[in-house]
Amino acid sequence: MKILVAIKRVVDFNVKIRVKPDRSGVDVADAKMSMNPFDEIAVEEAVRLKEAGTASEIVVVSCGVAQCQEVLRTALALGADRAILVQSDEELQPLAVAKLLKALVDRERPQLVILGKQAIDDDSNQTGQMLAALAGMPQATFASKLDIADGRATVVREVDGGLETIAVTLPAVVTTDLRLNEPRYVKLPNIMKAKSKPLAVFSTAELGVDVAPRLETISVSEPARRSAGVRLPDVKTLVEKLKLEAKVL
Amino acid sequence: MAILVLAEHDNRTLHPATLNAVAAAQRIGGDVHLLVAGHGAGAVAGAAARVSGVARVLHADAPQLADALAENLAAQVLAVAGRYGHILAPATATGKNVLPRVAATLDVAQISEIVAVLDADTFQRPIYAGNALATVRSADAVKVATVRMTAFDPVAPEGGHASVESIPAAADAGLSRFVSRETTRLERPELTSARIVVSGGRGLGSGGNFAELLEPLADKLGAALGASRAAVDAGYVPNDYQIGQTGKIVAPQLYIAVGISGAIQHLAGMKDAKVIVAINKDPEAPIFSVADYGLVGDLFTLVPELVAALG
Repeated sequence: MKILVAIKRVVDFNVKIRVKPDRSGVDVADAKMSMNPFDEIAVEEAVRLKEAGTASEIVVVSCGVAQCQEVLRTALALGADRAILVQSDEELQPLAVAKLLKALVDRERPQLVILGKQAIDDDSNQTGQMLAALAGMPQATFASKLDIADGRATVVREVDGGLETIAVTLPAVVTTDLRLNEPRYVKLPNIMKAKSKPLAVFSTAELGVDVAPRLETISVSEPARRSAGVRLPDVKTLVEKLKLEAKVL
Repeated sequence: MAILVLAEHDNRTLHPATLNAVAAAQRIGGDVHLLVAGHGAGAVAGAAARVSGVARVLHADAPQLADALAENLAAQVLAVAGRYGHILAPATATGKNVLPRVAATLDVAQISEIVAVLDADTFQRPIYAGNALATVRSADAVKVATVRMTAFDPVAPEGGHASVESIPAAADAGLSRFVSRETTRLERPELTSARIVVSGGRGLGSGGNFAELLEPLADKLGAALGASRAAVDAGYVPNDYQIGQTGKIVAPQLYIAVGISGAIQHLAGMKDAKVIVAINKDPEAPIFSVADYGLVGDLFTLVPELVAALG
């Protein structure tokens, strides 16, 4: 079984981001970039499926600027077999990425596509569902457990109020939630080996996809700041403040 | 053109998040229609018809709609989508699951988790875990958006007199099947709609301490219980307690953070609370930068004192 894993290069989750003074966006020019945390979980799950003998080949894909090769190399070092970069300097919104991935699904014919449930930069939580729709595949989103057997994926999903188990026929799209697994660390010898693994580069035009953004960002602003609070000496003062000042009790 | 709102429900009751989504739809302007797709959900359709500001309820009833499977529910929305200029759903697990599927099939972008409606085409939404707010305009023919419920005051659940129109159910896509559900038993108010939330972090030290210390406080206040990701990952509580960027978003009147450091991820889920109280032994914890009232000290003595002081 072939697995396609989509990964995104994002501002590292530890970075405290700043809005640009002209409000045109977020200043990411010098920020540390990494693989989106949910996508690390997606790569890990694919590698585990290969180690278990369920998967035969793992293809990792990233869409974006040339530097996305770095996260693809990381995925190769983690155990992916080959990588595809869809290179574009334009802003790629989820619908565009879903269409690019659909074009690659048509070429590669994977039995399973794994994505993170959302990217921590745009927080959209759309691409996996959109790809599933475009490819006519079932979807299992927010997965915290994945079992593959008899041409089906049985997936435990994290939903409001608890967990839900569904079974989807393959080929299918799965998006990962945080508790699906604990991603491994990259080992140095594997980084060296990853350098010799194949990495193909496509343009969006080669895949025949119009990636023009559909949503225009008019401005990006700082959220309203909370006014500084006070430290209280004891519990009694706290209860008084909550009752008389804040009036929430 | 009218606005379609996908009703969130469990075939028995209408989920309150629907009322917040209707409120967002009213800001756009136009007739608001609710789609109730389910199985044996007549009572939900009835409740939907009484929601203030709803002009019409579309009711589709079939076994394949019972469990809100994305393939079947999306097909149901698409069956009526042609009549609408806007399609909204609350940003619940179901809304997030289904709506992007609808948007992609319509070849339009989705606007996720809107927190403000500026006009019929322009919306505000948080990005980077709520550390920035983006104002975006859609040029698409149909606007598809999920609504962050805490950003819109709910409309009244009663007072409306909408007509209920039965519509044919979309065929079973046959791609997916519901197997089972494991519901966390809740004896307290639901997290996302609670007026007061008591939330615990890694500082609690164990699931036993979580129950022993925080439950009496929550009971005293009639509050819902929440947790940070650290507390969930440590196994103190089930993961649907988690508040944050990747968990639930809450905006209660009062949020009490106990033993929570206040990582960016957590703040994204609660910093719109009206009043925030932090109890933490580390005076440098980032939670104090957003807390209205802070108590620096040992939660194991302060929390029982607080329970006692509440009388």
